[in-house]
Amino acid sequence: MSIYVNKDTKVLVQGITGNEGSFHARQCVSYDTRIVAGVTPGKGGQNVDDIPVFNTVALAAAQTGATASLIFVPPPFGADAIMEAADAGISLIVAITEGIPILDMVKVKHFLHRKECRLIGPNCPGIITPEECKIGIMPGMIHAKGNVGVISRSGTLTYEVVDQLTKLGMGQSTCIGIGGDPVNGTSFIDVLSAFEADPDTHGIVMVGEIGGSAEEEAAAYIKAHVTKPVVGFIAGLTAPPGRRMGHAGAIISGSSGTGEAKIKAFEENGIHVCDNLGLIGRICKDVF
Amino acid sequence: MKIHEYQAKELFRQYQVPVPEGRPAFSVKEAVDAAKAMGGFPVVVKAQIHAGGRGKGGGVKLAHSLDDVQTLAGRMLGMTLVTHQTGPRGRKVKKLFIEAGQQIEKELYLSLLMDRATASVVIMASRDGGMDIEAVAAKTPERIIKVHVDPLMGIQGYQLRRAGFGLELPPAAMKGFSSLLANLYKFFVANDCSLVEINPLILTSDHQVMALDAKVDFDSNALFRHKDLLALRDLDEEDPMEVEASQYNLNYINLDGNVGNIVNGAGLAMATMDIIKKAGATPANFMDVGGGASSEQVENAFRIILADKKVKAVLINIFGGILRCDIFAKGVVETAKKTGVTVPVVVRMEGTNVEEGRRILADSKLNLTSASDLSDAAEKIAAAVN
Repeated sequence: MSIYVNKDTKVLVQGITGNEGSFHARQCVSYDTRIVAGVTPGKGGQNVDDIPVFNTVALAAAQTGATASLIFVPPPFGADAIMEAADAGISLIVAITEGIPILDMVKVKHFLHRKECRLIGPNCPGIITPEECKIGIMPGMIHAKGNVGVISRSGTLTYEVVDQLTKLGMGQSTCIGIGGDPVNGTSFIDVLSAFEADPDTHGIVMVGEIGGSAEEEAAAYIKAHVTKPVVGFIAGLTAPPGRRMGHAGAIISGSSGTGEAKIKAFEENGIHVCDNLGLIGRICKDVF
Repeated sequence: MKIHEYQAKELFRQYQVPVPEGRPAFSVKEAVDAAKAMGGFPVVVKAQIHAGGRGKGGGVKLAHSLDDVQTLAGRMLGMTLVTHQTGPRGRKVKKLFIEAGQQIEKELYLSLLMDRATASVVIMASRDGGMDIEAVAAKTPERIIKVHVDPLMGIQGYQLRRAGFGLELPPAAMKGFSSLLANLYKFFVANDCSLVEINPLILTSDHQVMALDAKVDFDSNALFRHKDLLALRDLDEEDPMEVEASQYNLNYINLDGNVGNIVNGAGLAMATMDIIKKAGATPANFMDVGGGASSEQVENAFRIILADKKVKAVLINIFGGILRCDIFAKGVVETAKKTGVTVPVVVRMEGTNVEEGRRILADSKLNLTSASDLSDAAEKIAAAVN
């Protein structure tokens, strides 16, 4: 088993005719993901390879049965694309787009409260259930099927972790990047509860970074609700306060969001802390 | 994107948020002229830099005559102002703001900011104005009023009253405060702010409320729809190397150490800085070339790092996903040939097309040290600078 997606998940791609959209749609197809439709307003009726393109998400979903959407539209249209997918009844929305204005995301978040759907991202690498389904931009070949669940706020940092796990013979049940923005859809806690309920996930790796308090909240949740072993890592211990470290959400504001506070929360709540990224694979091997 | 106090107050005025009369001045003469136009004394001479704590650093002074203004402006313009927010290097003062002095009855605190946990704008107000609000929050959290605004509904009357009564304002000042706060919220949302802070907000002896200071930060991701605000950016307040990097869409932050580093992805870049520190060296920068960088971007990134005189060695850490290792390697080789490399360079590459990337680096005959994994890279870079 896995969480959120599997080999039967039918996916549509919003922004499929753009450079990134078409490139990654093909990458997902070559990973045997069931990409059944694309959406680009005004380009309905065209095809990208064998994938039919529609003008609206509603039409694409109705005609192909897609239940998940992968979004590549440019940032000014990101919020609109997410709301369109939610309104069309898409149950899993994965937004890759980086740079959506935060006030747009604030509105989206409140809009989604009234919908039955899950948003992953934005500004994230997406979700992959190895050897079954890849909805995102991560390199498929570094993953392997297995029993470690991976959650992260980052992209390439997650690939680094997954690569070490795979090389040491530890495959993954599902890997999810929840994104580097201050306001996002799925939280660490959402994913932790899903991994806890998934019989095929035996251990969890949680990769956080400076900024906000999501890691602290997740740590308290783990102590109360998660019985599986968790290895935690925090990026940005040497980051200066007040500077945005690439990700819109990775900023220490005053005394909040520091790496030290997050590490402390991990330690106090029974999470195995990895303080050297080069060793995270070996630490997982010892713990799991 | 941050702006100056005088710019923020001009915007406040447009949104009917009361501020004292004031004028910017870029020379001593302009400062004196501005003070004359105030029509009375005292006036306040304020250094304009993008950092808080100016008063303690000597950047805010009261003047009781035109001679005072002349002396103070002459002293402040060109001085290096060091505050707890500027770092030890401080900031050079190039602009002043001359403002009419006020009869202050009470100093209050008011701010609007984005609350990540509730995904909404939160209003924070406190009777303890003029102080470090973080200290107030730590010692006496009950003295801070927090009001969360539903983004789909906007700010409501009861929320304005909660903040106003919470501040224990006299009845005569309530109407003015409600209108100020409602207008401030309008300003925040209409301009995609990420922070608006007024510290202090003052209550005058005639029951007016007005913003005596103004700190405004805009969401950089939203500037595409606020072309007018872009004109308010002051490049003098930014690091020239950071300005150059931003022109190539590189996420770069100049730091104090001597190990330059180039990484793809923000999370991995932060983790790489941490690893450098752990190995006993210090990072000279944060440089994220992005998940899908072109070889041209890589060239520019490498060139910027090599131009940094404090850099004694460079660590390149790439996990090829969308950015293929061969493309990256080509960018590195091109730059090295064009600009020359005089410091040791350690390269650690993994991921898509890594074999091809390694071959390109090896064939280039450049003096590069390759690292087998992250721990190895950290040891080699520390050995290179220590």
